[in-house]
Amino acid sequence: MSAPHVLTPDRSVSTIMLMVLGALVPAICAYYYFFGPAILISLALSSVTAIAAEAAMLRLRKYPLKFFLFDGSALLTAWLLALSIPPMAPWWLIVVGTAFAIIVAKHLYGGLGNNLFNPAMVGFAVLMISFPAFMTQWPAPLMLSQHPVGFIEALQYYFSGTLSGVKLDAVTMATPLDTLKTQLQLQHAVSDVKQMPIFGAFGGKGSEIIAAMYLLGGLFLWQKRIITWHIPVSFLATLILIAAVFYGIDGSRYASPMFHLFTGGAMLGAFFIATDYVTSPTTPRGKLIFGAGVGLLEYLIRVFGGYPDGIAFSVLIMNAAVPLIDAYTQPRVFGHNTKAE
Amino acid sequence: MRTFYKFHGGVHPPEHKEESNRLPIAPAPLAKRLTVPLRQHIGNPAIPVVKVGDQVLKGQMIGAADGFISAAVHAPTSGTVSAIEPHAVPHPSGLPDLCITIEADGEERWIERAPLDYRNADPDAVRLRLRDAGVVGLGGAVFPSYVKLNPGAPAGIKTLVLNGAECEPWITSDDRLMRERAAEVVEGIKIMAHLMCPKEVLIGIEDNKPEAAAAMRAACQGTGYEVVVVPTLYPSGGEKQLIKLLTGKEVPAGQRPVNIGVTCSNTGTACTVHRAVNHGEPVISRIVTVTGNVPEPRNFEALIGTPIAEIIQLAGGARPDTTHYILGGPMMGFGLNNLNAPLAKAVNCVIAASPALFPPPPPPMPCIRCGRCAQACPCELQPQELFWFSHSQNFDKARAYNLFDCIECGACSYVCPSHIPLVSYYRFAKSEIAMRDMEKKLAEQAKERFELKQQRIEREKQEKAARFAEKAAAAAKAAAAASGVEDPEAAAKKAAIQAAVERAKAKKAEAAAALLPLPLRERAGERGENLDAPSPSPPSRTHPHPNLPLEGEGTIALSPSRGELERGFEGEGVKNNTEAS
Repeated sequence: MSAPHVLTPDRSVSTIMLMVLGALVPAICAYYYFFGPAILISLALSSVTAIAAEAAMLRLRKYPLKFFLFDGSALLTAWLLALSIPPMAPWWLIVVGTAFAIIVAKHLYGGLGNNLFNPAMVGFAVLMISFPAFMTQWPAPLMLSQHPVGFIEALQYYFSGTLSGVKLDAVTMATPLDTLKTQLQLQHAVSDVKQMPIFGAFGGKGSEIIAAMYLLGGLFLWQKRIITWHIPVSFLATLILIAAVFYGIDGSRYASPMFHLFTGGAMLGAFFIATDYVTSPTTPRGKLIFGAGVGLLEYLIRVFGGYPDGIAFSVLIMNAAVPLIDAYTQPRVFGHNTKAE
Repeated sequence: MRTFYKFHGGVHPPEHKEESNRLPIAPAPLAKRLTVPLRQHIGNPAIPVVKVGDQVLKGQMIGAADGFISAAVHAPTSGTVSAIEPHAVPHPSGLPDLCITIEADGEERWIERAPLDYRNADPDAVRLRLRDAGVVGLGGAVFPSYVKLNPGAPAGIKTLVLNGAECEPWITSDDRLMRERAAEVVEGIKIMAHLMCPKEVLIGIEDNKPEAAAAMRAACQGTGYEVVVVPTLYPSGGEKQLIKLLTGKEVPAGQRPVNIGVTCSNTGTACTVHRAVNHGEPVISRIVTVTGNVPEPRNFEALIGTPIAEIIQLAGGARPDTTHYILGGPMMGFGLNNLNAPLAKAVNCVIAASPALFPPPPPPMPCIRCGRCAQACPCELQPQELFWFSHSQNFDKARAYNLFDCIECGACSYVCPSHIPLVSYYRFAKSEIAMRDMEKKLAEQAKERFELKQQRIEREKQEKAARFAEKAAAAAKAAAAASGVEDPEAAAKKAAIQAAVERAKAKKAEAAAALLPLPLRERAGERGENLDAPSPSPPSRTHPHPNLPLEGEGTIALSPSRGELERGFEGEGVKNNTEAS
């Protein structure tokens, strides 16, 4: 028996993970509402894969399944990956991505608490590089689709790769970020491009609401003190700032800061991915630097890079810098460097 | 209303003060046999000044202060000394320590008690009185008060802080003391202020003790002392935290409050100062909270030396589902493994623990770097980094990340969602580092010894050679003389005397070579010259303990380890300070 003899009753690893999962629920509901039931299949597949992969790895590593299997961390990785990739895809895509995330990115790096890179983003990067065609196959918002895909159809597509009666093209569509990039290359002005039906008030139709739900979930996590404000604020502030600079330079070639905030993975990344405890700095100043780095890279990859969105690569690049950031941003310790009387 | 300054972090564990703070302090009945430990304070244990069989009076000194950092201990009642031997004591190590056992005669005959008019007395006489009355800090660190109440700093003392925060959950002994004996506490503060001449006196009390604060305010009327109510936030009663709260000043790392013109004492200590000076009564009793899994939790004023088992009985005895006992609070207290251990000056609380009140911790999970510990750390450390380095035994890094600034308050462990016993890791790392430092020192000394020995051997060789040459010369001379006039016998005698002188010289040189202090030499003897020999592995070093001889230079300046206040006095530092003054 050693002191302290009491522990916080209301916080454990699993309650934290469950709260983060809970904070994703509003966004999932919005996703379902705007893009149909395919996302639920995607989430279910990734969850099952994650739990199976986790169980297999825990057994191999001789860890007690009892405490680790349902700590929620594998499930969170699965959900973040499922929410990051297109929900209309063959079943094996999400399975491969999730399994790689859990087996390689998490367990081969030492398991919970020891992985250098965000597992979900490693899974994403693997899929993005290995299967780029599937990774751009995003479903169109239901209100723009001539043929809304129902649950049975989605299930059918997942496991057979075909849709009865319709072509896949009829139900998928380029994302707003993608559209903007292609249209800009065709020398259209941002203001003209944004007249296209896919765009909503700030970002993409439907997807901007999902982004708002991520924001809501993120604020919940902040209010519950699961995350601190540092990473989301510095991430989004940097994104806004750099977008504003380019928007100010040439508003016809660069989208507005609001557009960047509410498209792609910005909100999901700022509140749920960049804030992953294990792969982000722990010091307040380190968090600010990390968030700013992710925000900056996110914008650069999005606007000047070859990929439609940059959240995975920006997070992974900054993950690699975390030990260095932490080492150089150690806060002052009580009683050190005090002003002499 | 005075403003206070916030310290970083802190936690708010369930207070559980209500259980024991409703009833007034009850006197504990006299036990048949009282066992008084000779080490109830930081520093050297007291030296017994009675023999087995001696009759002693209540309040009679039975152990005298030994050296500068020490305090006397006294007979808590009148009776006969029945034993002076190792006995179970309330100490985290669980090891027995030398105690004086007194069979009470039930007559409670006092020694002659003489008040001391401190206002007209030499301050040193007052301090001596405190030393001989065994007055030590009752907040937990039990540092001899007479040493502390010495305005040694060149700039003098600006602020005298009285610690009535009592931030540990469950404990209410200071709360009840301030409610019931505020006037005595204030009398004690007057004596402290007289010795220290501070510009201001601040009494810090957490806002969960409004009655105590009100009583102290009333008692402070007209004195100019100020009661400052601080928010309830553990560890506001940590010395450095309270000083920050009340003055906004931070005690620099590795230094003591006196370096920034502040002295901090517990309110309970103030009360004993008053009793010692104004009434001539040494510290032979204290107020102890008995709470937790007992039917009638409350505070008792019990004689030092009363078996803790008997004190628990006063509260109705522990319920059957009690699994263990905690001495002190749940954040920094330690498990009591022998109920025969007596009440000592440092014991402010006994908690009977049951699985319902103190559920066993769930198995630890890996650190997920959530940083809650860093948010909770009152020392503004990065506990997750310290854990990482301690866990991987990367001790240099742990030290570089200021491991030794950790006060082991337990806030980090308390909030950890992975339920990692962080403080245990820090203690482990601290003692490992201390041991390595000592080993390094010993190795250096061994090297020095070895070199001296080499020199000696070399010298002896030369001397031997010289003697041989001399002898040969003498023999040659004698041979020459034999054929001549000189007496051969006289020449041989001369040579023998010469040889004896040489031998004596060599012996002297050898003695000089063994420069090392005795204990170290003994230790060196155990170890021989072999540097690879495993060093004796000492038990926990976070608490000074009799069975761990911290010999002179081996004293390890660990960061303060326990007690809600009066930390920061490391033996050597104080010694140096007074030597300088």
